[in-house]
Amino acid sequence: MARKILQGWAKWEKYINAFLLLVAVVFPILFTRPYLINVGVMCLIYVLLSLSLNILTGYMGITGLGWAGFFGIGAYTAAILATRFQVNFLLTFLAAAVVSAIFGLIIGLPTLKLSGRYIAIVTMAFCEIMRTLEVNLDGLTRGSRGIPNIPKIGFGEFNFSRTVQYYLILAIVVLTMIVITRLMNSRVGRGILSVKDDDIAASAMGVNPFRYKVMTFAIAAMFAGLAGAFYAHYIGFIDPTSFTFDQSTIIISMTIIGGLGNVMGSVLGAVTLTVLPEILRPLMDVRQIVYGVLMVITMLVRPMGVLGGFNLRHIRQQMGIGKEEKARELSSTEN
Amino acid sequence: MFLQQVFNGLTIGMTYALVAVGFSMVYGVLELANFANGAFYILAPYILFLMFSSMSWGLLPAIILAIIVTGVVGALMDHFILATIRKNKAPVSSSMVATLGVSTVITNGLIAIFGSDTKPIPSNVGIDSIHISTAILTGTQVLIIIAAVIIMVVLSLIVYKTKLGSAMRSIAQNGTAARMMGVNVNSIITITFFIGSACAAIAGAMTSMYYGSVDTMLYFSVSVKTFASVILGGIGSVPGAMLGGMLIGMLETFITGYVTSAYRDTISFMIIIVLLIVRPTGLLGQKKITKV
Repeated sequence: MARKILQGWAKWEKYINAFLLLVAVVFPILFTRPYLINVGVMCLIYVLLSLSLNILTGYMGITGLGWAGFFGIGAYTAAILATRFQVNFLLTFLAAAVVSAIFGLIIGLPTLKLSGRYIAIVTMAFCEIMRTLEVNLDGLTRGSRGIPNIPKIGFGEFNFSRTVQYYLILAIVVLTMIVITRLMNSRVGRGILSVKDDDIAASAMGVNPFRYKVMTFAIAAMFAGLAGAFYAHYIGFIDPTSFTFDQSTIIISMTIIGGLGNVMGSVLGAVTLTVLPEILRPLMDVRQIVYGVLMVITMLVRPMGVLGGFNLRHIRQQMGIGKEEKARELSSTEN
Repeated sequence: MFLQQVFNGLTIGMTYALVAVGFSMVYGVLELANFANGAFYILAPYILFLMFSSMSWGLLPAIILAIIVTGVVGALMDHFILATIRKNKAPVSSSMVATLGVSTVITNGLIAIFGSDTKPIPSNVGIDSIHISTAILTGTQVLIIIAAVIIMVVLSLIVYKTKLGSAMRSIAQNGTAARMMGVNVNSIITITFFIGSACAAIAGAMTSMYYGSVDTMLYFSVSVKTFASVILGGIGSVPGAMLGGMLIGMLETFITGYVTSAYRDTISFMIIIVLLIVRPTGLLGQKKITKV
């Protein structure tokens, strides 16, 4: 049964992805209520965050616990630039991604030589240090009062409508998915997977595990920063409470429950865990409990997450439809 | 002033040391960073609050019940969740995520049941405070220091002198070999979880009595301080965890007292990161050689 579904998925992957993209594109046309578009945008922001963490945790095998830290760096970079220096959103996005990646390097360079469990703790510590700095560096971040009135995305006086912003984040997400898929199918991606499987064997094959870890960390942090920048401009107000350890727990739950090492897994995890609380709005208090229970159940039933650990190309090859050429062609168009 | 700071640092350090020892024992047998440990730490004061304030039990029975219940919860978590994950041969990081899930459930469950406001905990333990020149050692502080010392001595004796302790250490060295020698690996691990969670519960109950209150925010700060203590002392080493806990407690108290309190919780994080860079094995830890 499960095998049949998997084979079907492998066979129709291109069409399924195209269909999902179509659904995402028509969504704001069919549902024009601002609330629903809002939920859609939040889904996509979380998809981006979950994807970025998936690069680190899914493909590289390093559990990143403090992901809200990088989310926050991106948001604060964009907010400070936009409110103090009236910088255009294109530049704040770029700056947020770069600053976040630099922080990734700063935290990654000294610590990534350690084993994975330590890094989990270090990233958790990092998130908390960032939050404390956001609260205490009053001159820069306005402390716990937060930064209000962040300009909306647009040019000069002209602001994009909610729907256009939705399409902007959708484009960013799709682009990110393509980048990740292309990256993981390249020589670098193979290197990353080899380091995950066995770093000693990888280094014997000429892959420098440390360099690959640092690079992956910086790339992942970069996408998280980008998500933060979009969030800051979209919501228009940020304060340190948005970037706490709880937020980190939510992000890693999405990544892990959806599926480690699978781009569609992050989509599934992020969309489910963003939409679920909206449906369960009367049960807002127990939202985190549901996350916790889902995390435990997922670890019991599928330690790699719901869609994790599937190699669709391998399944296609087994089914005999995957001539080498065709498999490559399929994987390069998948998103 | 200085002596008072020493006493306060010592008290807090003792509680950190106690949690760190429990955490370290679990880490020793499984190489698992147990994120639920901090949740057990705050679970105990809430049970204490429920029993003492709402059901008007005596202080001692309430504490004992809190410790036993928390220990059992820890053991059950291992028996029903972590043992299954181990049986599926999933990587340790899966177990870590599962403990993170358990701690999310416990902490938010406590918020859902008790609300997120601070709850009062009785702090009068019936021991007179001791005055040494200008410094005061309160009854609760005396109790904490004495109890922590006794428990740590007992734990050291268990780990290094008993059959149970040898079984634990054998699993820490090589689980498969231990099983071949007739050690019932799974039950020993469950017992270790019981002891670890009970330690966290004792520390949590005593700290809440010391502060006279409990709230769920404690979860995060104590988790991080446990990590800091364990990494400082040397991960997996019981004496190291004790030393690490004491040092973190002292350092935190002195920096709060003499420098600034704004970055109080950040200090431990800074220590973690600096230490991992300078000496990843910790003060008393031994370097492990990775074998292919």
